[in-house]
Amino acid sequence: MGVGFATLLEKEVLRFWKVSFQTLLAPLVSTLLYLVVFAQVLGQRDSIYPGISYAAFLVPGLVMMAMLQNAFANSSSSLVQSKVTGNLVFVLLTPLSEGEFFGAYVLAAMVRGIMVGSVVLIAAWLFFSLSVFSGVWILVFCLLSTFMAGALGVLAGVWAEKFDQMAAWQNFLILPLTFLSGAFYSLHSLPPLWHLISRFNPFFYAIDGFRYGFIGASDVSPWSSLVIVGSTCLALSWTTLALLRSGWRLRP
Amino acid sequence: MGDSATSLPAIKIRGAEKYFGALHALRGVDITVEQGEFFALLGPNGAGKTTLISMLAGLTRADRGVLEVMGHAVDRDYRQARRALGVVPQELVFDPFFTVREALRLQSGYFGLRHNDDWIDEILSNLQLTDKADTNMRALSGGMKRRVLIAQALVHRPPVVVLDEPTAGVDVELRQTLWKFVRRLNGEGHTILLTTHYLEEAEALCRRVAVLRQGQVVACDTMAGLLQARQASTLEEAFVALLREV
Repeated sequence: MGVGFATLLEKEVLRFWKVSFQTLLAPLVSTLLYLVVFAQVLGQRDSIYPGISYAAFLVPGLVMMAMLQNAFANSSSSLVQSKVTGNLVFVLLTPLSEGEFFGAYVLAAMVRGIMVGSVVLIAAWLFFSLSVFSGVWILVFCLLSTFMAGALGVLAGVWAEKFDQMAAWQNFLILPLTFLSGAFYSLHSLPPLWHLISRFNPFFYAIDGFRYGFIGASDVSPWSSLVIVGSTCLALSWTTLALLRSGWRLRP
Repeated sequence: MGDSATSLPAIKIRGAEKYFGALHALRGVDITVEQGEFFALLGPNGAGKTTLISMLAGLTRADRGVLEVMGHAVDRDYRQARRALGVVPQELVFDPFFTVREALRLQSGYFGLRHNDDWIDEILSNLQLTDKADTNMRALSGGMKRRVLIAQALVHRPPVVVLDEPTAGVDVELRQTLWKFVRRLNGEGHTILLTTHYLEEAEALCRRVAVLRQGQVVACDTMAGLLQARQASTLEEAFVALLREV
């Protein structure tokens, strides 16, 4: 990983930074709106975990949801936009390896996801009383989960050749995965079928493990979540790198 | 360059074949371009010129055959092959997020070159882009965008430069600026591979020429040899005669 990798990473970070109104501020506003509405409407209900307010439960879930959505959006939209406009050729003509290509897109996605998550968290902290149970778990899930979403974004970006194909990923995969991930509720409050389906959703483990770092309580063991999110990262990396090496859709 | 380097062909293509589904786009192409040549690759639309260039650049994979740039195989030794090659794509593509200078710095960085501003300034000056250096790519005219594409191809100082129809749809002034600069590059030792539909440009600039038709090389000769063999006075006459041959 040398200058070429660092340059592609820099370009990908600059790309979202130059339109930060859309890529950082807009997600902050929409996530805070979720927070205000849901905390107000559902905040009066019984707490999900004893002694923990609904807001303290909700904030980590919304922060992780914002991180996942924005990490995915960064790598996927950058790739599909470059493919549609044709300027991906500037990267494909260079001596960058598949690993450098993948790493730069994923790392830039992580940077955006973590930036959005950080500003949402800071803003939420101004309105709600939050605590930190374990900074290590927060950091681990923050890094792994944004990696997972960024890698999924690269996979989607390599596959999609049109904007509507990317919209299908957003609407039929990412949106259901994030909304059915336990960001707003505990898995134990779901009917058995939805409970079972949610168990196959890696975003659920990302949120549950991340939330454990704040409140010290979770639906499943954070170690289980760590294994599942980590395994998903490995599987996505292996698949995407194999596709990149084969030239699939990029170097036909 | 040393003797061993100069003895290598700049571009070597042997038995290159490519299928797109049922379409047999390239049918065993053999072409050698020596170092320092100004070489024309001609052919009607759909002959396979851009496919061949894409294969050289690693944008498309060959189904069969060997393709080398400065002795480096474009698949096995792709890093060195791509470092040796600068490609000006046919399509007028650009990244709307960046200024001209930013685009050139990034392109330079992809090739591992930081602090390359002296060379970037020189290219900008030669392509009459200095006053546009801090202009966003979106704000440039088509001709200016074409110049930036050329600058991007040269930013890592490649010994071999491929120009895929660089003057398609551009005005006379840009053509003159471009050819003056490219001639200078060739004079300094860069190998130039040119595809164009403007045959008078190829005739004026190139010493050797290959003609592709339906994915096959139907002629590969010096410009003089090609004209003589078809008893033609211009490249256009020779080209038309060649395409009529069975």
